[in-house]
Amino acid sequence: MAIFVDQNTKVIVQGLTGGQGRFHGLRNKAYGTQVVGGVTPGKAGQDVEGVPVFDSVEDAVKATGATASFIAVPPKAAPAAILEAARAGIGFVVCITEGIPAQDEARVYATLQRDFPATRLLGPNCPGIISPGKCNIGITAGEIAQLPSASGPNVGIVSRSGTLTYQALYELKEQGIGVSTCVGIGGDPVPGTSFVDCLAEFQADPETHAIIMIGEIGGSAEEEAAEFITNHVTKPMSAYIAGVTAPAGKKMGHAGAIVSGGKGTAQGKMDALRMAGVKIGLNPTEAGSLMAEIVHSLR
Amino acid sequence: MDLFEYQGKQYFAKYNIPVSAGGVALTVEEAVAEAEKAQYPVVVKAQVQVGGRGKAGGIKLATNADEVRLHAGNILGMDIKGHVVKRVWIEHASDIAEEYYASFTLDRAAKQHLLMLSAQGGVDIEDVAAKDPTAIVKLHINPIIGLSLAAARQASVDAKIPDKALDGVADMLVKLYECFTKGDCDLAEINPLILKPTGEVHALDAKVSLDSNAAFRHPEWEEYAATEELDAREQLAREKDLQYIGLDGTVGIIANGAGLAMSTLDVVNQVGGSAANFLDIGGGANAELMTAALEVINSDAKVKSIFINIFGGITRGEEVAKGIVEAVKRVTLRAPIVIRLDGTNAEEGRKILAEAGIPDSQLTSRPTMLEAARAAVALAK
Repeated sequence: MAIFVDQNTKVIVQGLTGGQGRFHGLRNKAYGTQVVGGVTPGKAGQDVEGVPVFDSVEDAVKATGATASFIAVPPKAAPAAILEAARAGIGFVVCITEGIPAQDEARVYATLQRDFPATRLLGPNCPGIISPGKCNIGITAGEIAQLPSASGPNVGIVSRSGTLTYQALYELKEQGIGVSTCVGIGGDPVPGTSFVDCLAEFQADPETHAIIMIGEIGGSAEEEAAEFITNHVTKPMSAYIAGVTAPAGKKMGHAGAIVSGGKGTAQGKMDALRMAGVKIGLNPTEAGSLMAEIVHSLR
Repeated sequence: MDLFEYQGKQYFAKYNIPVSAGGVALTVEEAVAEAEKAQYPVVVKAQVQVGGRGKAGGIKLATNADEVRLHAGNILGMDIKGHVVKRVWIEHASDIAEEYYASFTLDRAAKQHLLMLSAQGGVDIEDVAAKDPTAIVKLHINPIIGLSLAAARQASVDAKIPDKALDGVADMLVKLYECFTKGDCDLAEINPLILKPTGEVHALDAKVSLDSNAAFRHPEWEEYAATEELDAREQLAREKDLQYIGLDGTVGIIANGAGLAMSTLDVVNQVGGSAANFLDIGGGANAELMTAALEVINSDAKVKSIFINIFGGITRGEEVAKGIVEAVKRVTLRAPIVIRLDGTNAEEGRKILAEAGIPDSQLTSRPTMLEAARAAVALAK
């Protein structure tokens, strides 16, 4: 088991013929992911190292039976690409594109909710998702992810940040701890998939025994997660929140990482999670060590 | 990107939101000329991106040219909470019967637009929220449905806007919403939104924050970027296309990834140091990017040590290390570097750094984030 994606997930890459799409799409394929096709309007009939290219997502789905899409197109084209995937019946859409205007993100999210409730969007501006040994969609270096062990315990990772996601994967690998699935939800203001969505899946996943969560300043997603954890999550958790020292009113690299009007501070988020029973590390390594302690107690 | 009041008003005017006639002035004489055009009485308003201008003496009424000279002379160059006033906005003074508040933002938790409307304007809305939360009406708007005139009118009724102002406020809300959505604002706020004795509703102030991700479809924003108040370091970083934010500490920070960069600031702080900046060079970390980053850090006289924190993912450790060695050769650095290199092929990378022939006084390597932070902070003391 894993969450959202596994060895049976068939993936198409929207933007496979572009620089990013080709590089990461082929890496995902080399990892063992079933990358069954690509989509670039006007390039049907071509192939990228044996992966067939189609004009539209609809054509690609008909020909390949794809169930997931990896979107690696520029910000201007990404909103339409997401909706095209949803319209073609794709159930899981991963969008790594950084720089989509917030108004577009809000409209895409509302459109998916209203017209395509069966489609889940991960991202935008996210590193993607990896279920180690089964499926890797996005830009994560597969080799830093420890395979889950058949006997457990295994850890689920959910994070708003790319490099801190890798850091978490790496800390667990160093400790020899298996990972069930690692989800990067992205750093934008309107993520398609939230911490709460991932926590619910991890709680229900029999292969996941503990959860690491990595948050950052801005918004209230961590506070909502804390409330959900209190009421619905029984698996042990550790967490790290980046941005304790971030100045107010400045976007810290990610469009969504901003403390405004005294809201969205790291301290407030850490307090909320601590109240929910989550062990808080003051840096990523500490969150990893706390998770190692949790895992050893489960063994 | 935050706009000055005068830019916000110009932006509002594009969406037919009524604002006062006026002009911006950089000198006392320009201020007098703008006042003559706007017609007396006029208000001289400091243009700074910080609240509390009025209390600081940055907003003054003038009824003739001498008074404009006096006030503009005092306000230009004034320091308001660390912001030096470079421009004043001169506009025809409005008669005020009542003051309201209106704003649109994106509510990230609800993933919908949020209208906040209050019949108590002209004061800090956070104070209103603290004293009497029921005085603020909050209306969520589905981004694909939008705000109808009827819904805007109902919100105005709910906010206890008096009958005589209802039509004017509702019309204003619809226009402000259009400005917020089509104009790609993160925030569009009018405080105070005034009712004139003559019955018209009017925007007396403008607070606009633009979503820089939407700049590609707003070529007109270029003029705003030109007046953005960046310090010399931030200016240099922008030219080099780096994600940089200047801070006040002594440890220069370079990291790959926004989350890791934020985390690096935290760890430096945790071990008793203070960061001079936030700098995210992105995933690649090649020699060109690293050189540009080091040049920006080098331009900061306060920097006493440099902490480079890189996690190799797809970009392997040895590539990152080669980039760093190359960059260190290109830039004559004023401060020593401490590197923490981890992730894919980190061992190989560290070996390259160790064997590059760079003296320890200039560059040292530490295996973990915490140890590297301690070393960098010790060097900065």
